[in-house]
Order: sequence, then structure tokens, then C-alpha cells
Amino acid sequence: MKEGYKLIYQKPKTLRKKRMHYCPGCFHATTHKLTMEVVEELGIQEKTIGVCPVGCSVFAYDYMDVDMQEAAHGRAAAVATGIKRMHPDKIVFSYQGDGDLAAIGTAETIHACNRGENFTFIFINNGIYGMTGGQMAPTTLEGQKTTTSPYGRDPKKVGLPLKMCEIVSQFDAVAYVERVSCNTPANARKAKRAIKKAFEYQIQGLGTTFIEVASNCPSGWKCTPEESLEWLKEKVFPYYPLGIFKNPEEK
Amino acid sequence: MSEIKLMKGNEALAEAAIRAGLQGYFGYPITPQSEVMEYLALEEPKHNYVLLQAESEVAAVNMMYGAGGAGARVMTTTSSPGFSLMQEGISYIACAQIPCLFANIVRGGPGLGTIQSSQSDYFQATKGGGHGDYHLIVLAPNSVQEMVDHVYLGFKLADKYRSPAMLLSDGAIGQMMEKVQLPSPIEYKPDKPWATVGKKSGQERNYLTSLYIQPEEMEEKNIELQAKFKKIEENEVRFEEYKTNDAEIIIVSFGLSSRISKKSVDMAREAGLKVGLFRPITVWPFPANKIADIAARKQVKFFISVEMNAGQMLEDVKLAVNGKKPVYFYGRMGGIIPTPKEILTAVQERSRS
Repeated sequence: MKEGYKLIYQKPKTLRKKRMHYCPGCFHATTHKLTMEVVEELGIQEKTIGVCPVGCSVFAYDYMDVDMQEAAHGRAAAVATGIKRMHPDKIVFSYQGDGDLAAIGTAETIHACNRGENFTFIFINNGIYGMTGGQMAPTTLEGQKTTTSPYGRDPKKVGLPLKMCEIVSQFDAVAYVERVSCNTPANARKAKRAIKKAFEYQIQGLGTTFIEVASNCPSGWKCTPEESLEWLKEKVFPYYPLGIFKNPEEK
Repeated sequence: MSEIKLMKGNEALAEAAIRAGLQGYFGYPITPQSEVMEYLALEEPKHNYVLLQAESEVAAVNMMYGAGGAGARVMTTTSSPGFSLMQEGISYIACAQIPCLFANIVRGGPGLGTIQSSQSDYFQATKGGGHGDYHLIVLAPNSVQEMVDHVYLGFKLADKYRSPAMLLSDGAIGQMMEKVQLPSPIEYKPDKPWATVGKKSGQERNYLTSLYIQPEEMEEKNIELQAKFKKIEENEVRFEEYKTNDAEIIIVSFGLSSRISKKSVDMAREAGLKVGLFRPITVWPFPANKIADIAARKQVKFFISVEMNAGQMLEDVKLAVNGKKPVYFYGRMGGIIPTPKEILTAVQERSRS
């Protein structure tokens, strides 16, 4: 540190020195950082095991400096169940996108939640299949155009977007459910607080903790990062409101 | 302490797994193997293993991936349609090199098929089953005793090679009761420095993946896997021979049908026909070299592959014999178990023609 300079921020030591492949403006990078900051602050790097999905965050193990397993598409909840059941004293999280968690992996998600598996879901909902090039997701908004819904999502044909927080908060064994975003610094701080609470509740053994990040996808949405933030506010938050859906006290 | 009991094949398998140090079982009910999970559920309070009935075979195999990847000795059992559902997960497990044990208590297919015993999953078990180039170590028990012995052996080989292993059994062996000697329980102390149990300070993190997006890296991974498979082929071939020394006719048969064929050999000998039985115990790695040796013997006139399917192992036998002698086939399908007499008649017909 040069004389006269004061260190006010540095990336967490729990993030590896590896250049991320994420597109400019994508919340994956932010959410990775927030998650790893929480791991560092709680001092649980040596006790944490992550599971990454198939989707844009398939390479999460390249960036997060904790033990990790890369799961088949949709199966992260089952993989995390296997790990946590064998190691109840470890902190386990799955990091999944909407196609992974809410389409191909719906059964695994629902049943892990219903059993109250004591791990944390970090669910990135950006309303699109990013990695495969912008196809319709289970969370694509009504009328939203994607490469497989080029005239806009038609609910008569494919139903309305799934609301996962609203669904999983119904289960008795689920302890904590919150939908957050990273569209402003204030919201990113709230997101981090939510992830931290989820990990703390997990350490206390309270049951399933589920954090949904209402995210963006400038590349898939075919807009600038700045425009993607506008879309979040105007279109996404009215359908996917931010907030706590379930607290441990309400169990 | 070892003990002798009268047990059903599926229950013996479950008891053997407990004694072999089982730490996690993840499964889904399907006939004719549900007794495995039922037995483990009854015994659960006395032991330390984790038992979880999953929401599907798809979930069960991925729980195996997670738990096995985190270093535990894990097993699942299923029957044919369920084993089909597990193939995706097994492909990932094979590439990420996670030791674990599967048992397919085969029933007749295709489709929902029948709950009766069959051997029609031979291709699926021995040729990989899922996508990509890989093999499982496949043991084919032909008695309740071997259901026990192969659980011990399967776990051992899985750990030794960081590879999925499996028992290719069938509904009849799963359901039949026989006398078994149960070996002494072992205290399982895994040595798995690669397992995801939490990063050790000052060391690189462990991660398990089957993703190598650069083709050069994926080829490198494949070369590593193939080298392992070659080592297994060199070291782990197992087979049994019965009256093959002077035999002019060789029945090749595995699992339940080999048990029946043994009786046919005795009946043939009484009728004056010099018949012997060659029985692969590992159906992958396949004892091809040994079959080739036998094919080179002067007195051997022909081979006949006897299976409870449409002729699957037959292809491996033909490859091993490599045209040196004729290779015939006799089989029943769809859950029908051939009688020793039927097999004898098939052998006699071929020897006359």
C-alpha cells in the first residue's frame, strides 16, 4: 500500500484470481462476489461445499475458492442433498439458474425443499436461458421475446412464469425465503445480508434456505446493462416483487 | 464376525452392504428389488448409514454423485426401467471419477416390460449405458452368496479405481432364498484426498466436474479414463470354468443362466456329450483373452452363448472367438427362464447339425 492511500475495498480472499467469463453488467459476477464475501466474513471457507449447475454459472468452481461439485442440468438440489446428508456439519449451497432450478430440476427443487434439506439455494432468475443463447425460460415474462418465443411468451401456449419463492415458501420445512436483486448498490447490500442470513440459519440447522436473485441478462435480453436495470424495475419487479416470503420465526 | 444365514438375494445384498461399511444409500422403490431399501430401513436404527428414499431414480443417482463425491461409501439399487433413468448421472459419475456401487436387479423389457427375471440389460451395463466413452466395472453374481461377495468386491474395486462399479443381477437371484455366509463387518476408513469435504487451508480446493469445454482438455480427460479402463481390463478379469478342460462344446453364460447351464453340462455329460461351461464373472472387463485361448484348442468344436435375452453377450463371445470356431446362441426373452433340458436340447441340436 502506497503511503497516503487507504484501503477501502478489496475482493474477498474466497474468490480465486481468475478472470470471469460473464458478460458485462451480468449479476452473476456480483452474486458470486457477495456469496464469497459472506463465506469469508463467516469464516467458513474450510467448511463450505458448493454445487454449481448447468447454465451460465457452470464454471462457478473456477471462481469460488471453496470445494465444489459440478452437477448435471437440474440436479444440483439432489447433489447438495447427498453432500449435506453425509456432512451435516458442513455448509452446503447450490447455485442455480432458472432453467436449471425451475424447469428441468423442478422435481429435485420441490422435494429438497419439502424435506427441509438444510442447505441454501442461491437461485439466479434472469428470465432466460443465457448460456444456450437466449431461449425462453420457465420465468420468461408474459409477452417477453426470446429466440424460442420470437413473438413474445404466450401464456395460453406455455403458461405463466413460475414464481419459485411463492411456491417453496409454502413448505413447512423451508425456513427462510427471500427475493433480492443487485440492480442498485443498496439492493446488492440487501442481497448480501439475505445470503448471510441464509447461511447463518443453515448453521443453526433451521431447514431449507432459499434466496432468489431477480437478475438481468443484457446479452440475452438484447439490451445494454443500463437498459437491463430499467427492464428489471419496470417489468420484472412488478411480477417478481422483492422481499421476504418466509422467516424462521414464522415456521 | 461371519455368520451363516438363510436369506433372500436382495436382503443378503443389503446386509452385505451394511457389513462392507455402507455410509449412504439413496434409492427409489421398484420391483423386483424393493426389499433392499426395506431391509436397510428396518436396520437403520442399529447403524450409522444415511438412508434416503429419493423422489426418483434421477434424484437418487445425483444424491450418489453428491455423497460419493463428498467421500462416502455409497450404494443404490434399482431394476431395469430405474437403471435407464440413472444413466445420465452415471455418465457424470464416470467422468468425475466418483467411486460408488450400483445394483441392477434386472427385469424383462423393453419399456415397462415385466417384473420377471431377465438378462436383457447386458448391453446397457457393459457398453457404458449413458453418453460418452466409459465403462463401469460390472460383476454378474449367479447366487445369493455372490450377491454378498460382489458387494464387498464392488465397493473395493470402485475405490481402487475411482470408478462406478455395479452388480448385474436379476429378479430371480434377488428373490430366491439360499444359504449365505456373511463376512465379518469391516470398519471403513476412506482415504479420498480428492473428496469435497471442505477446502484445507493452504491447499487448492477440490472440485469434481465432467466439464472440459476445450476439446484438447476433453480429449486429455478421455485418454486418462481410457488408460484406467485398460488397467482394469488387465487386472480385474474374473471368470469360472466348469468341465472345460476336455470339452468339445463350450456353453458361455453369465449370471442366472450360467447357473442353469451348469446343470445342462452335467446332463450332457451323462448323455455322452463333452460339454463345458465358461462363465464370465466380470462381464466388463470381459474375459475375451481366455475365451480366445479356449477357441484355439483343437478339440473345441463350437461355442453356444446361453442368455436370457435376444443375444447380447453373444456379440462379445463372437469378438473373442474371432471366427476360429462357430458361435451359436440360445436364449429366452421377456422374463422366461430356460430349463436345463431346453438348453441341453439346443446344444444337442447344434452338435448334430
